[in-house]
Amino acid sequence: MRVLIRGGLVVGRQAALADVLVADGRVHEVGPSLSARGASVIDAEGCWVGPAFVDLHTHLREPGNEDAETIESGARAGAVGGYGALVAMPNTDPALDSVAAVRFVLEVGRRAAIDVAAAASITVGRRGQDLTAMAELVEIGVRLFTDDGTAVRDPAVLRRALTYARPLGVRIAEHAEDADLVGDGVMNEGTWSGRLGLTGRPAVAELVTVLRDIELARETGGSLHILHVSTAAALAAIVRARREGVDVTTEVTPHHLTLDESACASYDANFKVNPPLRTAADVAALQRALRDGEIDAVATDHAPHAPETKDQAFDEAPAGVLGLEHAAALTLEALGGLGSDPQRFFDLLSRRPAALAGLRGPRCPQGLGQHGGWVELGDEAHLVVFDPRRQWVVDRATLQSRARNTPYHGREMTGRAVVTMVGGRVVARDGAPA
Amino acid sequence: MSTIRGRSLLSLSDLTRDDLIEVLDAAESFVEVHRRTVKKVPALRGRVVASLFYEESTRTRLSFETAAKRLSADVLSLAVASSSVKKGESLRDTIATIEALGIDAVVLRHRASGAAEQVARYVPDVRVINAGDGQHQHPTQGLLDAFTVRQVLAERQGARGSETGSALFAGLHVLIVGDIRHSRVARSDIDAYAALGAEIRVVAPPTLLPPGIETWPVQVVDRLDDTLEWADIVSLLRLQHERGTGRFVPSLAEFTATFGLTVERLTRVRPEALIMHPGPINRGVELDAAVADAPAAVITRQVANGVPIRMAVLFLTIAGNREDEP
Ligand SMILES: [Zn+2]
Repeated sequence: MRVLIRGGLVVGRQAALADVLVADGRVHEVGPSLSARGASVIDAEGCWVGPAFVDLHTHLREPGNEDAETIESGARAGAVGGYGALVAMPNTDPALDSVAAVRFVLEVGRRAAIDVAAAASITVGRRGQDLTAMAELVEIGVRLFTDDGTAVRDPAVLRRALTYARPLGVRIAEHAEDADLVGDGVMNEGTWSGRLGLTGRPAVAELVTVLRDIELARETGGSLHILHVSTAAALAAIVRARREGVDVTTEVTPHHLTLDESACASYDANFKVNPPLRTAADVAALQRALRDGEIDAVATDHAPHAPETKDQAFDEAPAGVLGLEHAAALTLEALGGLGSDPQRFFDLLSRRPAALAGLRGPRCPQGLGQHGGWVELGDEAHLVVFDPRRQWVVDRATLQSRARNTPYHGREMTGRAVVTMVGGRVVARDGAPA
Repeated sequence: MSTIRGRSLLSLSDLTRDDLIEVLDAAESFVEVHRRTVKKVPALRGRVVASLFYEESTRTRLSFETAAKRLSADVLSLAVASSSVKKGESLRDTIATIEALGIDAVVLRHRASGAAEQVARYVPDVRVINAGDGQHQHPTQGLLDAFTVRQVLAERQGARGSETGSALFAGLHVLIVGDIRHSRVARSDIDAYAALGAEIRVVAPPTLLPPGIETWPVQVVDRLDDTLEWADIVSLLRLQHERGTGRFVPSLAEFTATFGLTVERLTRVRPEALIMHPGPINRGVELDAAVADAPAAVITRQVANGVPIRMAVLFLTIAGNREDEP
């Protein structure tokens, strides 16, 4: 099967107008005016053609909460959003804390529309005490470990994890919020929480955990990843530590890049998320850092919840929002829209997250594709054709996810994956699964 | 344009001075109804008001239900605090059920901040009256506090409150003492007094101040003793220690020693000042028992004004149009 992607801006080592011929699941030829003989043609004029997106942070809810999402439905949502691979988060029920649990996700994932990798928890049952069988989990393809949902509360346990993981070449990823400072907070602590009478989660709860984790990574020489950084202060601490040589990477979510705490004034739990939506100044700082290349990846923290659970009082509803289907448009918006640098766009959505997930290079787990490439001859054809001008309106009724908890319902977006290709096969087209 | 007539009352934060005066004036006319032998007007005949209290508050519930009955409305009282919530029925389901019964308004008390906003979204055609939502707002309490202040100050001048408009609030020194952070009453009071032109000071241990207080239209004072003589109104808030807010201070005894209105402190309050408390009082915590019974205390007046204020709110939000004047 041959597919010709014609006339797009191919974002490889350089960005240049070219055709891409895909054959037998690989990039067969890149160049001007390629012959379409024997190939089906995708018109990519005005579009950016690059490596399919890779999400570092997807909650697929299976096993345990299939009312909210399944591996199959989450992967479909990813395909529609332009993703070729995603990393399933381990806070399922049971948690992905064993070889058997991770194998289950990988095996079900093999039948999904896109590549499904899995992170495993740092501690057994995410209870913050005993380390999981990290070396064995690495053997079956785990490249990220996290107790996401919460930070590892006991610094001795985190220190042990960073130390143990060091020779395994994997990263310890932290949901950096201090549980005691967070208390029973439900939104950012500040002027809005005070007026709304909602209990706050202070920004300093993120900062103290980030600072603690950085010092432990510095001391152990371990590799640390800070999930969904949300405040200017924590981000500054990460940037500083990296300049000082600490191996720390970070990601930011589309919602923290585009929404601030004032959205909570509606008391609509679709704006409830952890860490919470922060101040407008934090949003501006995150956007600036994104453009300056100080953030490694945009990661969705796609967190589906069954409708009846979100339809509760703000302080009772679970935290989390959907992300996969609108992340790329929001990333483009945060980068500055049409005039933004397509290289940076693909670095943030594909190349860096692919590298951090171990989906790029020699350590790519068996059975999963090589993602985040340069669109060069011989590359596996995990590609996205992204139209940065395409306008569309988010409608929660038409999402591929089983859940409906998007904070962007009714919002007009600019930019959409018009074709997503995994292994040379079109898996989604124009917002619908193929 | 009036933002109260024919609209839900969820918060006092979006009411203008004219809106507030409209409610106070209407309440004054309903005080007169109370003096009649037949304490009922037909203003809301044929209308149905549901009272939905997810948090038990006999006093507020009875006050609303009495107000509705005096306006000749039919009252549908759902004791949800004890029944359906425990069966796991959601707020949305309960509201849908009672909406099907053809209600005109719902009076809602809920432990969650924002519950009234949510219900108003669920049933856009029904007037929602917030009878207290979590730590957010308690609009009718704010209104009745302002009403009581105007009533007492006007009486001293031999006038009716309605003859004074908002004049008596101009530059009035209102001191609010205690747990501002967790108090829906404080938020509604501050909105009302600020819109009416009063000067507001708050005094509390810093742990009981809400985040962002510096953006509120109030001046924060550290010590109660430094500001007692300044006050025309001393408004005390309930310390809700049964909900764990006691943890925000080292002990109740220390709170009383530093922020309680003791008999000794009462001597430094100006003689013409009013002492207020939304109730229920923790005697010996926010104030000494004897202070609650002092002549300056208008706490029983506040309670008595609950019915006329709620009549005014029900009437304006449900009937709405001027042609329906009582
Ligand atoms: Zn997280």
